[in-house]
Amino acid sequence: MAEHTGMVEKRGAGLWLTHLGLIIGVAFIFFPIWLAFVASTVSQPEIVRPPMPLWPGDQFFENYSKALTAGVNAPVALMLGNSLFMALGIAIGKIAISLLSAFAIVYFKFPGKKLFFWLIFLTLMLPVEVRIVPTYEVIANFGMLNSYQGLILPLIASATATFLFRQFFMTVPDELAEAARVDGAGPMRFFFDILLPMSRTNIAALFVILFIYGWNQYLWPLLITTDPDMNTIVMGIKQMFPSGDDIADWPVIMATSILAMVPPVIVVVGMQKLFIRGLVESEK
Amino acid sequence: MATLTLNNVKKSFGKTDVIHGVSIDVQDGEFIVIVGPSGCGKSTLLRMVAGLETITDGEVQIGGRRVNEEEPMARDIAMVFQNYALYPHMSVFDNMAYGLKIAKVPRSEIEERVAQAAKLLQLEPYLQRKPRELSGGQRQRVAMGRAIVRKPAVFLFDEPLSNLDAKLRVQMRLEIRALQRELGVTALYVTHDQVEAMTMADRMIVMNGGIADQIGKPLEVYANPATEFVAGFIGSPPTNFMTGALLGRSAETKIGVRPEHITISDADRLKARVTYCEALGAETLVHLMVADGSKITVRQDASLPLPEEGTEVGLTWADADEMNFDATGKRI
Repeated sequence: MAEHTGMVEKRGAGLWLTHLGLIIGVAFIFFPIWLAFVASTVSQPEIVRPPMPLWPGDQFFENYSKALTAGVNAPVALMLGNSLFMALGIAIGKIAISLLSAFAIVYFKFPGKKLFFWLIFLTLMLPVEVRIVPTYEVIANFGMLNSYQGLILPLIASATATFLFRQFFMTVPDELAEAARVDGAGPMRFFFDILLPMSRTNIAALFVILFIYGWNQYLWPLLITTDPDMNTIVMGIKQMFPSGDDIADWPVIMATSILAMVPPVIVVVGMQKLFIRGLVESEK
Repeated sequence: MATLTLNNVKKSFGKTDVIHGVSIDVQDGEFIVIVGPSGCGKSTLLRMVAGLETITDGEVQIGGRRVNEEEPMARDIAMVFQNYALYPHMSVFDNMAYGLKIAKVPRSEIEERVAQAAKLLQLEPYLQRKPRELSGGQRQRVAMGRAIVRKPAVFLFDEPLSNLDAKLRVQMRLEIRALQRELGVTALYVTHDQVEAMTMADRMIVMNGGIADQIGKPLEVYANPATEFVAGFIGSPPTNFMTGALLGRSAETKIGVRPEHITISDADRLKARVTYCEALGAETLVHLMVADGSKITVRQDASLPLPEEGTEVGLTWADADEMNFDATGKRI
């Protein structure tokens, strides 16, 4: 018995150490976020005066309601709405387009099939920044500056998602498509009734990734939206910084930062189960 | 229920011919087994009937109607796939009902037909389950059920039993046959297993390299193989082949004798050395080697004395049991 308790104690100590290590790690990473939160609940003079406060103050409601309704250049509620619309548009659009293009590439024979696949694949190697000047030119000529179309359309094609769906579709047995054909399902019926439900977990995983990708867009919205009403939140934070001798309204800026983090967190937490399933297994 | 006619059906992929012209008239309600080694084109032939492969030349008729250009759905066929091809996200009920839903059959009739099929296949307790929650045999039954509810003119089976274990295979073999008789539906069944072919077929097509070597009733094919290939493929252990030279005849010919027709005796036609004996209980397989190196298997009753390994014995058989083949493998 004595040996047993010894074993347990030893393991117990190891467990404690492991947890201690993890907690320190989390605290380390979480600390700046905590500071931002604290800063969003105190008043401007309290922030400016050293030392910096480490515990939340009593200005929570004042700061957040000011941020949401008035902001600095534009109300944060509006920027949140813009960001949400853009992120959803990009995520849903990317998924819809890449599902269809992967479907075409895997299930249909057409001339230039290989060529098209490689062309799509090639665009993987060109990030937004590389093609940003010509893209701007095109969008400006279409008159899409300061519009949702302008925010969403240039980012809507996704080689990565197309490639992922292609890989998934290729693991679906051919017999399923044949069985559907024998059952009398046309190609689109097969797509909607069988392929789409089977890709459910993959779609969820991609949605999370693409939503955050869309949400975090910075450079592109910064370039094409000059009207404060079209600002998205991630670039909006930067716009709040004062130029010249103006005083920065730090509590409001910090409240905005915290607000900007909330939607991605909700998406990740809400879709966690599907998201992880989609990454580790493919349901067949 | 309908007749099925293949009229000199051919298939080529590019310049490679895989089916060299197969013709057969299948009667209403007949069970036809297409048997052959892998790569002989048997699955391709079935898929051409199903409409999953295009037909390069010739004609397929179902119920007297040319169907070459029609989609699988319009051909009034149902197919059971080797890996069952069940839709993984649908319940057993939905799997069986899917084809009917597409055909816009009224809901009440769908339920009735699925219930009927489920009863027939003893799937009633599983209708709400997903395929992954079923055993191999049950999945097989769902695949059958999906075919049955369609009430097709022709059933097509593509090696439906090859993913089951040996015991289940024997059981499902009987079940499929009984079911097909009960429903009276014409069936085309592909397998590489000659035992399945022998036991299930009304008639069988023995395929070899894209050619239908022989079409006939199983016992007829067994007793009277048309080619050397058929004689070797149908029957286990396979037919023994000896060169004409070995028996003092024309070197052009080959002589085949089935293992059960050879007896070990002193009144010998041929001398051979015993290499190995396999006692299977009811019978014994004696493996021998002839002077020119060719191997011979004798199947004898277990009550007969076992020859000692390494000894030389005499072999004999009745003239009537000899099968002679010419240089091209054709029966003389």
